Amino acid sequence: MSQVELIELSKSYEKQKDILKAINLFIKEGEFFVLVGPSGSGKSTLLRMIAGLEEISGGILKINNELVNHLPPKDRNLSMVFQNYALYPHLTVEQNILFGLKAKKVGKQEQQRRLKEAAEMVGLTELLKRKPRELSGGQRQRVALARSIVSHAPLCLMDEPLSNLDAKLRSNMRVQIRRLQKRLGFTTIYVTHDQVEAMTMGDRIMVLNDGKIQQVGRPITLYNEPANLFVASFIGSPKMNIGKAHFLAKHKRLTVENELSITVDPSIARGLPLDRPLTIGIRAEHLLPGTTENTTHYLEVVNVEQLGNETSIAFDVGTELWTAKWPGQWPIQVGQKVPVHLSSEHLLFFDSETGSLIQSASQAKKQEVLVI
Amino acid sequence: MSMSSLAIQTNEINLEYVEQVKKRQRMKNLLKGVLFLLPSIILFSAFVFYPMIRTIYLSFFLTNTSGVTTVFVGLENYINLFKSPIFLKNIQSTFLFVLYTVPATVIISLFLAIIASEKLKGIGFFRTIFSSTMGISVAAASVFWMFLFNPTMGLLNQLLKSIGVEPIGWLTDPNWALLSVSVTTIWMNIGFTFLVLLGGLQSINSYLYESADIEGAGYFYKLRRITIPMLSPTLFFAITVSIINAFQTFGQIDILTQGGPQNETNLIVYSIYREAFVNYQFGSASAQAVVLFIMILFLTAIQFKLGERKVHYQ
Repeated sequence: MSQVELIELSKSYEKQKDILKAINLFIKEGEFFVLVGPSGSGKSTLLRMIAGLEEISGGILKINNELVNHLPPKDRNLSMVFQNYALYPHLTVEQNILFGLKAKKVGKQEQQRRLKEAAEMVGLTELLKRKPRELSGGQRQRVALARSIVSHAPLCLMDEPLSNLDAKLRSNMRVQIRRLQKRLGFTTIYVTHDQVEAMTMGDRIMVLNDGKIQQVGRPITLYNEPANLFVASFIGSPKMNIGKAHFLAKHKRLTVENELSITVDPSIARGLPLDRPLTIGIRAEHLLPGTTENTTHYLEVVNVEQLGNETSIAFDVGTELWTAKWPGQWPIQVGQKVPVHLSSEHLLFFDSETGSLIQSASQAKKQEVLVI
Repeated sequence: MSMSSLAIQTNEINLEYVEQVKKRQRMKNLLKGVLFLLPSIILFSAFVFYPMIRTIYLSFFLTNTSGVTTVFVGLENYINLFKSPIFLKNIQSTFLFVLYTVPATVIISLFLAIIASEKLKGIGFFRTIFSSTMGISVAAASVFWMFLFNPTMGLLNQLLKSIGVEPIGWLTDPNWALLSVSVTTIWMNIGFTFLVLLGGLQSINSYLYESADIEGAGYFYKLRRITIPMLSPTLFFAITVSIINAFQTFGQIDILTQGGPQNETNLIVYSIYREAFVNYQFGSASAQAVVLFIMILFLTAIQFKLGERKVHYQ
């Protein structure tokens, strides 16, 4: 299994400078590594540079401790699954899967053995004689996967492989790909713009924006301790509620969006800068329904989404739209003022100017410790 | 009881009314369709359908010099044609000509298209050059080649002389004339075929090549397993059009050889022209035209039958 190392990797085109800026990254053997970012962030470009389809403008790319900057794709010993699957429309499923093995002149028996193995693994045994146009989207996706399985490459690159599938199939394929990867153990670099995919599949995630690394870490770390406002609002669904805030009355009270006033626990306030403009964040599941004892605020509801197992409620807070996720079914009407419990231990504090995290929620830290 | 039967009745009336409206809409659609087709129907009728029917009609008659039918002779025109050694020779020349020009044109154009589809600096210049013969009229190209073929001052014979080879009567030697005309035709047809094939090559999804690169396919493997099969609909089109064009060659024959020497380059369309407008045998000329029509129709039909199996439409 391969390990991949990127040292100060960068990419510029003639017309466009710095698509990617000084990317430093180490991907361990057998790791499922997810590159996530909005469209145009350079994640696909980075993947194509690792594949060798895109020239490297600067920096060093090492696979298994060997410099591969100069190697063509076929000598990098990897496989790739494309967004549109890149199946050959004139070849049958079997021919599609064996295309690479034939090109590399692998023995006939070995070819058949690997074909059988891969087809069984992804459930294509019945469809080997079909042409791609006679397959459904999910089946095509599996052919593309089988093609990368038969290559026995120690490194597999996936470029938004699930984005052409419908939602149900997508969650099904997520599990399948993950299981396959665990079973075969190949190192995987997976590009997606979907943060749900990133959270659910990745051993580690790298969030990329504007060609710069925003944060690298385990999914839960990214969720609980986002390094900056970008990661905070990108990871998690619905996105984190964010508001401008400043302290009043000697660090005891915090005013959010000039509307909400929150009492801050002294232990939390201790680490915060006194006079700088702050931005606070709070996850939707931490904006709790208030009981008679602990209600801190009353907020006006602007939208209600009944999801059956939970209720998603939107409030107007200053210029921001905040969302709360409450378990169970709540009979709430738009326009109603509902009691809310907002506790300072769930707050994340960011520097408003740089956007970087100053202090994460103290509650989340405690939970993490408990789990470990 | 009466209430319910009344309700059923009104429902039936309503259904009938719906049917009527639907029918009217279908008629309207048909009328609109015909209206859109009208320009082509008029043009095709005037310049294709009427002449075709007229030609078939004429082929059963003898005519006077102005083309007016005189005697009905039935199939005699056809029988005479197939008894005439000159006409049989013309058909043979035509087939030879197709054989010389079509494969060469397609293979050369394919080669040029493949090298011109590489992403290199200044490739646009070469693309322009390779497709430029498309913009040259048959007459101009023929005159240009006539100078090259000129027995004494022509560049080709000058070259031969400089390396000490006997000069060749390119257009006057019966062994060379058909070949010379073929070379001219190949040169003239490359432009169009090149452009069609280049378009076909560029519409092949680049993901397929990237995927093949990663899977370790070499240049010729990609050419054989991806490029040619993916290009097959375009190739099929190029070959069909080239064959039809070759059968209908006229201009370069008229300018370069006028069917000579010894009827060696008297291709069927030129022969039709001679028969009709030099010998004033409109009946016999029409019969030849019908024979040519049937030949092309038959060949194209065979091509489609064979092609279906080999061509991969997306």
